Amino acid sequence: MLNSLSVLSSQSPVVAPQGAGDMTIPLILVLALPAAGAAILLLGGRRTDRFGHLVGTAAALGSFVCALVLFFNLLGQPADSRAIQVDLWTWFSAGRWQVELGLLYDQLSALFLLLITGVGSLIHVYSIGYMAHDDRRRRFFAYLNLFVAAMLMLVLASDFVGLFLGWEGVGLASYLLIGFWQHKPTAAAAQKKAFVINRVGDIGLSLGISLILATFGTTSFAQVSELAHEANTGVLTAIGLLLLLAACGKSAQFPLQTWLLDAMEGPTPVSALIHAATMVTAGVYLIVRSNFIFDLAPDARSAVVAVGTITLLMGAAIGCAKDDIKKVLAGSTMSQIGYMIMASGLGTVGYAFAIFHLLTHGFFKANMFLGAGSVMHGTNDDVDMRHYGALRKAMPVTFLTFAMGYLAIIGFPGFSGFWSKDKIIEAALGENLLVGICAIIGAAVTGFYMTRLMLMTFFTKPRWEEDVHPHESPKVMTVPLIVLAALSVLGGLLLINDWIVKFLAPVVGEVHEHHPPIPAVAVSVIAVLVVAVGVALAWFLVGKKDVPREAPEDVSPFVTLARNEFFADAFNDEVIAQPGLKMIKGLHAFDDGVVDGAVMGGASAVGGLAEVSRKLQNGFVRSYALSLVGGAVLVLLALLVVNL
Amino acid sequence: MTTPFIALSAILFSIGAIGVLIRRNAIVVFMCVELMLNATNLSLITFARTNGNLEGQVAAFFVMVVAAAEVVVGLAIIMTIFRTRRSASVDDASLLKY
Amino acid sequence: MSLPWLTILFLLPLLGGLVVAILPNRQDGSAETAKRAALLVSLLTLVLAIVIAVRFQADGGYQFTEETMWIRLFGAHYALGVDGLGLSLVVLTAILTPVVILAGWNDGANGRFGERAFFAWLLILEALSLGVFMATDVFLFYVFFEATLIPVYFLVSGFGGPDRVKAALKFLIYSLAGGLIMLAGVVALYWQSAKITGTPTYLLSDLANIDFGTSVGRWMFVAFFIAFAIKAPMFPVHTWLPDTTEQATPGTSVMLVSVLDKIGTFGMIRFCLELFPEASRWATPVVVVLAIISILYGALMAIGSKDIMRLIAYTSVSHFGFIVMGIFVMNSQGLSGANLYMFNHGLSTAALFLVAGYLISRRGSALIASFGGVEKVAPILAGLFLVAGLSSLSLPGLAPFVSEMLVIAGSFVWSPWAAAFAIPAIVLAAIYILWMYQRVMTGEPGEGVIGMPDLNIREIAAVAPLFLLIVVLGFFPKPLQDVLNPSVDHTMSEVHLQDPPAKVGGEEVK
Repeated sequence: MLNSLSVLSSQSPVVAPQGAGDMTIPLILVLALPAAGAAILLLGGRRTDRFGHLVGTAAALGSFVCALVLFFNLLGQPADSRAIQVDLWTWFSAGRWQVELGLLYDQLSALFLLLITGVGSLIHVYSIGYMAHDDRRRRFFAYLNLFVAAMLMLVLASDFVGLFLGWEGVGLASYLLIGFWQHKPTAAAAQKKAFVINRVGDIGLSLGISLILATFGTTSFAQVSELAHEANTGVLTAIGLLLLLAACGKSAQFPLQTWLLDAMEGPTPVSALIHAATMVTAGVYLIVRSNFIFDLAPDARSAVVAVGTITLLMGAAIGCAKDDIKKVLAGSTMSQIGYMIMASGLGTVGYAFAIFHLLTHGFFKANMFLGAGSVMHGTNDDVDMRHYGALRKAMPVTFLTFAMGYLAIIGFPGFSGFWSKDKIIEAALGENLLVGICAIIGAAVTGFYMTRLMLMTFFTKPRWEEDVHPHESPKVMTVPLIVLAALSVLGGLLLINDWIVKFLAPVVGEVHEHHPPIPAVAVSVIAVLVVAVGVALAWFLVGKKDVPREAPEDVSPFVTLARNEFFADAFNDEVIAQPGLKMIKGLHAFDDGVVDGAVMGGASAVGGLAEVSRKLQNGFVRSYALSLVGGAVLVLLALLVVNL
Repeated sequence: MTTPFIALSAILFSIGAIGVLIRRNAIVVFMCVELMLNATNLSLITFARTNGNLEGQVAAFFVMVVAAAEVVVGLAIIMTIFRTRRSASVDDASLLKY
Repeated sequence: MSLPWLTILFLLPLLGGLVVAILPNRQDGSAETAKRAALLVSLLTLVLAIVIAVRFQADGGYQFTEETMWIRLFGAHYALGVDGLGLSLVVLTAILTPVVILAGWNDGANGRFGERAFFAWLLILEALSLGVFMATDVFLFYVFFEATLIPVYFLVSGFGGPDRVKAALKFLIYSLAGGLIMLAGVVALYWQSAKITGTPTYLLSDLANIDFGTSVGRWMFVAFFIAFAIKAPMFPVHTWLPDTTEQATPGTSVMLVSVLDKIGTFGMIRFCLELFPEASRWATPVVVVLAIISILYGALMAIGSKDIMRLIAYTSVSHFGFIVMGIFVMNSQGLSGANLYMFNHGLSTAALFLVAGYLISRRGSALIASFGGVEKVAPILAGLFLVAGLSSLSLPGLAPFVSEMLVIAGSFVWSPWAAAFAIPAIVLAAIYILWMYQRVMTGEPGEGVIGMPDLNIREIAAVAPLFLLIVVLGFFPKPLQDVLNPSVDHTMSEVHLQDPPAKVGGEEVK
């Protein structure tokens, strides 16, 4: 066994491709730093309690520095040779299959690297303040580092199985962090729910990988993309649909969306990092990364667009009806990811914009979640917006930074969200009028619910609980807010000269010039106008009136529907969970009664027979004699019969 | 010409067998067993005479020896049971059962 | 001639066990001396097993072979040898025994036979299990196969829960019934080999070359398969397992599920597949359907279990379903995955059983309902429990993932439907592990949990090697695969099978 080890080490395990220069080390470090941080903090135990948060933050920052180094090195390379592939070692092999554990750093992963480590570092810094009074802060940072490492693995993997490793790694980190306050039963239930529903999506990824292996004999992105055109469309469509199922699970898309709102049980920085900026966008990444499959499978792409469109409307509707500030933001996240999924389903015209929106959304949504965390920090962890009001004076920095995020998400001209959402709407209109219209409606609803949130939180009259004295958060929390607010404003710069589109073109393909039915400027104007309608509506419905401290009960059926998240949980419970548990109960009865019953029944049958037959041994010698005679007579008769 | 002997033997054997089955007194049961043994002896001797050899007679001697031995052991057992239980009924000696 | 390595490996724990049995107690009545001796013997065995593994050249054939005529009349030999599969299971057994001894340091205290007996029987069980995995003669295999029942019977009936005698009897009769059916197959092998070749033989190397003919081969296949299915255990002959693990000590359960049950799947490859290739191909559809039923049934039963030990037993029914499916989908991916799964399942289930055992011994109850909030008082215990659980649900990055992925992908190649029917198990696995974790570990600590001590150094040290291996093999299973894959190729050629080619790309795909 060890001989094989030595054989292995004689091959050089790390193959540095030409042109990569010395980038192998930063590439490995970017992944290894947070992984090492998590390992030190988890294995070190209570000994690392005092400085754990510093180690965690340093690991994230170090990783960010590496990502920057890599990125600038990448920019220095000619556009066609920017991808770096590092094969670490053969993960496993069987027959002709061989799965390498390798890293692929190209334009797509480069952007993700910056987003994950950049926003990740800011959130680490923020958490130092946010979690200051939690006696398990060290563990929180360990989990955060674990998450960052897994997410980096996800976007750096050079093949589908490696991606699966990161995919489940972020799932695990998300599980641990949602349930960080495990003593709360709701948090414990939410963490399990998130993981289980993600596993439903993993069915798609597992079978998708199986189908890819069976079809191509390899799972490496490079090889599959070369061979994809040789496979028939039916197979590619099947792969596409399976990957879509996976994306639905991770990105909380219909019909696997129910876990995301419950996931808000986790600490707010977690919601910002995992359930807004990075992990939930992994589904978008998966689809964009698998563009070589989706490009050849138009039916699968239609399904992607349908899922995205349904979810963007659903999420927006939920955002309108919730009173819990984090749940409004979560509904909004669903909706915005719906936009991205929809855009990525549009094919080559949409991939780059999906990623663009993903980045800007990462900025402004992280900003707003952290802002919400700051608000909660100042109001004794109250999340009910009906208990807020007029907080702008009490927490000016939070208010101003939140406002930047707000303007970005509703698509106020000039802010980052305006550019990215506008491009998606434009592309959608170009492909399919109905989808485009849905996207525009979604924009209007976004304007409504975000304005409602702003008004209920920072404006209107104060409705604070009695012992609440809102105050601004410490610097360690507000500085990340300011940085993110700046990014929310300036994120649109990425679109200058179509930079991001051209930058991503080697990975996702060239955009062919296409002509929308209405000119781009008109689309922008329409979008801004409908958003204005949404904002105005919110002003008349919420801003002008007094907000009641209790949520009104007599509401229209639509509001009830949205408040209950379209009864998806009730549906799952009634249709899957309850019958499932009944069936399991039945199975247990079946196992005890029939399966084990057959065995134990056989045993008791033998025992029962013995019980009956031993009664013959009654102790009366004359009855023994009688049976002797009877036996003799029988033998005699038998002999007679045989002789005849 | 041997038929009457065989018939007598069969009748004696049946009387013995029925006696064993229906009588309760151990001594009587015992005598019935002896009756069956002697019925068998009668047939053995009859067949020996019919076939003109001595084997049947030899076998009859064996049966007598065994019967004698049996009387020695059997009567002793019956005596012991009667002494301990004040009864010679075989139905009373039914302890050895399931 | 070189040393008889395998005989030494077999005799070391056997004689060690006998010595442990007769070592006197200390003056204060404790069996500390015997326990230390047992640990020492098991560690020496591990060292020897590692030496053998290092000297092993992975080429697909048997190595360290020893062969002596034993009973000429039957053609039975004392023949030992290991190939990659056998070696991996030998190493697994050698790793798990010291772990079990250290983890179960106090488990023998309240037994029926005295503390020394527990450790002596464990060592004897190790020896006999090693014998099973090393035998290359069917008759010898059968003798070892049945002989393992003796130590297990005494381990289960002597140490554990209140209903242990009943459980031990059920286990014994179940296994004996399977063994009896197999005996018919063993006798038939004697009869057929004598009929076809003139001289009876039980040597695997001879038997593999005999074509038994369709109907005889199928009958013999069925005889062997039923015995192995009971051992494995597969639906519908699994019911002895939950009853036994519920009553046995965690250490016994580990030896039972992680080592002995592997004999079932090991035997399916070694005997069913390699001796009766035609019959195996004939039986594949039925076996795969049974395997899928086992996978789903075990998982569903695990979800509904109220007792932690029973729950883990049912998860094993599910995992064994995966292993059997991998074996019978007749391609090298499935088979390679199954081989790997046997090792990985041994590690992850052992970790789960032992950590659950720590938990249960602290509370004095194995009912899930009697826990809650343990994480708050014993975070290390909770953490290890979670990692063991995650490994049981095949989280990527932990060892079982690679094997499960290979089995699923391999069965997908055989039939997409097989994979599609089996795949819900990954969701069910998440439910049974995480729901258990939720009920046991989260929430506020209740009565009986408050004040529960966290793991001590001995307990952590006992299971640490398992967790280390689970993580290392999750990322770097290559050393294990290098040993296993040649024997997979060997099995494939014995069964006259070739992998279907990839649909596109053909041979140039690496």
